[in-house]
Amino acid sequence: MDGLEPLKKKYLDGIMAASDESALEDLRLTAVGKKGEVALKMRELGKMTPEERQVAGPALNALKDEINSALAARKAALGDAALEERLRTEWLDVTLAGRPARQGTIHPVSQVSEEVTAIFADMGFSVAEGPQVESDWFNFDALNIPPEHPTRTEMDTFYMHRAEGDDRPPHVLRTHTSPVQIRHMQEFGAPCRIIAPGRVYRADYDQTHTPMFHQVEGLALGTDLSMANLKWVLEEFFSAFFGIKVKTRFRASHFPFTEPSAEVDIQCSWVNGQLRIGEGDGWMEVLGSGMVHPKVLAAGGVDSDAFQGFAFGMGIDRIAMLKYGIPDLRAFFDSDLRWLRHYGFSTLDQPNLHGGLNR
Amino acid sequence: MKFTLSWLKTHLETEVPLDDILYALTDLGLEVEGVENPADALGDFRICRVIEAKQHPNADRLRLCRVETWPNGPDAASEEVQVVCGAPNARTGLVGVFAPVGTHVPGTGVDLKPGVIRGEASNGMLCSERELMLSDDHDGIIDLPADAPMGARFIDYTDRNDPVIDIAITPNRPDALGVAGIARDLAARGLGTLITPAIETVPGTFASPISVSLNADVKDGPCALFVGRYIRGVKNGPSPQWVQDRLRAIGLRPISALVDVTNLMTYDRNRPMHVFDADKVAGNIEVRMAKPGESLLALDEKTYEFDGTEVLICDNNGPESIGGIMGGLASGCTAETVNVFVEAAFFDTIHIAAAGRKHKINSDARYRNERGIDPASAPVGMEMATRLIQEFCGGEPSELVIAGAVPDVARSYKLDTDRVSSLVGMDIAAVEQERALTALGFTIDGADVTPPTWRPDVQGPADLVEEIARIASLTKLEGKPMARAEIGVTRAILTPMQRRETAARRQIAALGYNECVTYTFVDHASALMFGGGEDCTKLANPISSEMSHMRPDLLPPLLQAAARNQARGFADLALFEVGPAFQGGEPGQQLMQASGLLVGYTGPRDPHGARRAVDVYDAKADAEAVLSAIGAPAKLMVQRNAPGWWHPGRSGQLSLGPKNILAGFGEVHPKVLSAMDVKGPAVAFTIWLENPPFPKAKSATRPALVISDLQAVERDFAFVVDETVEALTLLNAAKGADKALIADASVFDQFMGAKAVAQMGEGKKSIAISVRLQPKDATLTDKEIEAVSAKIIDKVEKATGGVLRG
Repeated sequence: MDGLEPLKKKYLDGIMAASDESALEDLRLTAVGKKGEVALKMRELGKMTPEERQVAGPALNALKDEINSALAARKAALGDAALEERLRTEWLDVTLAGRPARQGTIHPVSQVSEEVTAIFADMGFSVAEGPQVESDWFNFDALNIPPEHPTRTEMDTFYMHRAEGDDRPPHVLRTHTSPVQIRHMQEFGAPCRIIAPGRVYRADYDQTHTPMFHQVEGLALGTDLSMANLKWVLEEFFSAFFGIKVKTRFRASHFPFTEPSAEVDIQCSWVNGQLRIGEGDGWMEVLGSGMVHPKVLAAGGVDSDAFQGFAFGMGIDRIAMLKYGIPDLRAFFDSDLRWLRHYGFSTLDQPNLHGGLNR
Repeated sequence: MKFTLSWLKTHLETEVPLDDILYALTDLGLEVEGVENPADALGDFRICRVIEAKQHPNADRLRLCRVETWPNGPDAASEEVQVVCGAPNARTGLVGVFAPVGTHVPGTGVDLKPGVIRGEASNGMLCSERELMLSDDHDGIIDLPADAPMGARFIDYTDRNDPVIDIAITPNRPDALGVAGIARDLAARGLGTLITPAIETVPGTFASPISVSLNADVKDGPCALFVGRYIRGVKNGPSPQWVQDRLRAIGLRPISALVDVTNLMTYDRNRPMHVFDADKVAGNIEVRMAKPGESLLALDEKTYEFDGTEVLICDNNGPESIGGIMGGLASGCTAETVNVFVEAAFFDTIHIAAAGRKHKINSDARYRNERGIDPASAPVGMEMATRLIQEFCGGEPSELVIAGAVPDVARSYKLDTDRVSSLVGMDIAAVEQERALTALGFTIDGADVTPPTWRPDVQGPADLVEEIARIASLTKLEGKPMARAEIGVTRAILTPMQRRETAARRQIAALGYNECVTYTFVDHASALMFGGGEDCTKLANPISSEMSHMRPDLLPPLLQAAARNQARGFADLALFEVGPAFQGGEPGQQLMQASGLLVGYTGPRDPHGARRAVDVYDAKADAEAVLSAIGAPAKLMVQRNAPGWWHPGRSGQLSLGPKNILAGFGEVHPKVLSAMDVKGPAVAFTIWLENPPFPKAKSATRPALVISDLQAVERDFAFVVDETVEALTLLNAAKGADKALIADASVFDQFMGAKAVAQMGEGKKSIAISVRLQPKDATLTDKEIEAVSAKIIDKVEKATGGVLRG
């Protein structure tokens, strides 16, 4: 068929030159629309011989396809150009801050309590609890602390008000987590392995003391547990807690509820005023411990001829201060937003052993 | 407990260096709290000679001294130094004490520098006793005998090189409150030989004119023994210099020979004693319990009134001394005292502690008597004190006056030498165990071990193990692995409640709150505002009125924390705490709460307009998120009867049924905010963590998920209702229209206020809800949808009295 080449050239050039979608649509109609030039050519096929048709038909179809492709390509190109142009105008100052979102934090006492729990859980200790308003029997007598013991004075211990006519001895705010030992032994007996973290209270308020603080108690009873096991448990604990091999030193001491009793120091050094746990040849006192006194076992209803074991108590706030370099105990309970943000922990940072306990 | 090294060496023969002694003390349980070594402060002061002292050319009161000094000690070469000195006794030939340039002078607190005084060089100082803090004397410089060793250290020459050791004594070791007891421990450890001098008796030459009786109310307990002795013809005055030096070194003030003897006895042997001026004692002495209302002017010049629980030493005039605690002023010794009556008694620790505590008397005597004195020390202590008094003051002793008897404290325990190994985990040979006990004064008869009279703390076989391990040194203890209780993977150990507490804590923090740990006691006014403040939650001895009552709720301390932060310039806060609140004063009357407090705006000012004031719906959403995190049921009642610290119209309680309240939420009452100095708005929630039931299902399997492939249909409806109609009523009615088909219904708009009134009339509002229909068997037809819609409209109109908005 004659004249297809000029036709093709005319439209392809036209499509290339089209500057918007409506021009393209006009071109489409005049070229491949129902009444367009290609359609008109198609109609001429009917007048042709079969041989002519065999040549002209495919040629026309090819032309139609080519023009349609060109139209589509141009349309896409124009679309891209228009989008690009629009995006050019959609500039925003991305140095502006995003929408503010509050960042919550976990208090160091909670975090460290969970760390302690994770470590002792691996050694088979479960978590026991007890009331914070406690009877003086659980807090003192059951722990072999006699009535005249100096810690039972109002100088050291908070007593609850006792109503007129109520002749029971006044309750106390527990001065240590040790009464949980008695409650646990009474309920579950021996053998056992527990820790008991929680709030404790002493009538003391100065630079380094607050009237409330946190302790974690430990109690393990068995048939053959010895102080050597205690030392191993504590060294395992401190090494996991501080993330470095920590040696302990046991020193003879006295607590009414253990016998023998030992103060436990951990290895440390001071470098340029900074404390380093687990190195050097200095020692720092961190807890009191010992073998559970037979009278304490008796108070807990445990047969001291059949069972023996160890107990310890340490300050959660204190080991938190040591590990995370927090200088002032009083600030723990002041709720200063700056402190909470600085020393707090991310909510997703839940302590576990497989992820490690060092942040 | 303070003592000097030289004092220790009167009981312990040892050549062991000081540091080893200090280490052993701490290791033995006698923890060293401090050491003052005079060499640290005074080691640089050496004896010198003034070659020539002449008038300062430019100052009348100053002298120019050429001083021969030995900067490197007596064996090295001497050096001449010029010193300007203002002391009147600075003279040619004086032997004095020289401090070179660079020395820190303790009496003035100044580091000596080379100086020029009125035009003359001065390189060092000739010192007075005050400059060395030896006395208050600064009338002149120290003037030593001419034969003093030139160049020697002053502290060596004057025997002042005597470290003062301060140790902490645990309550079980009264015996270590005397230097003799400390030496015994060290000797048992192997640090030397115990050389405590034996006490020789002093025969009395006459019968005491004062007799002693123990009243029936004391002799079987409060005071079982009183040993007395009359000594006539004493001459009281200052005690010998060595006694004064010894007492001063440990921080005691020498008073007079008679009083100093009792202090020596106290610190050397832990044997408290009292010396009465016998001429001021009327008649004989009786030891008895106080009568209520009696009083005594004591040595501390305070008057104590007794209630009948105190042990008193009395004469015909009444009380003369509070037994074992403090003597009376009237019968005390003075410089004029000529005849004395000396007391060594044994008191029961409980009475001493109670009386001392009640009258707030902190005397050395109380401290020791309430910890337990060796009862056997009364008679022998009296002999030693007699000897000292005779030596210092002369006089003639009477025969002993003994009322009561030395209590029999003898008891014995079986020594099981394997016990050290099984209980402590140390292997110590049986002979060494016996040696250690013997060295500590225990007597061993076969397997029976009797503790010495000075060890009231030893009360059972475990104490023997403790003593053996202590002497052997726990430092040597080696750790031994503790086997797992069960073989295999560690079991979960937290209780459901413990997990719930952690989940609540971490969820609230995830909602953007900062966790606080606040004091569990608050002031009375705050406790009252939050439904607490009853007497049963009151502390009998609060540390301050700000901490007088157990908190009934976590919000008061959180609001106080918010006020403190606002005062520091932080207006917008999200604070929370998980902890106990107290319903009463009995053990167990504490509930675990989780409370969150939002104050001010949702965030700082921002360019996006995202910030808005916090409101009740923030608190509600957060409360619901926490309840969901701890596994509370999703469908809860909303009640309006929240307690008085909430805004009455903008608060609610989420409950399971009418009784089981799981949470409260709302705006904090404006009165509470103003009382607690918090600038609002402030909204909060409190969750009672124990209240939601724990799921019963033991299996981890979830119910099968049922989802439909059929198209769900959403239809919106708006109703005009009275302003007071609650959205939940409307939603519940809509959901009830077809429980099978209606998957969900929610409010998406609320139209109220002036414009709404203009359109719909006074007291009206419009609530728009979206209802989601989820077919289960076949796609819904228009007809079915219309039928459900009609039912929804009908139900809502009936339930609320409202109408579909046209």
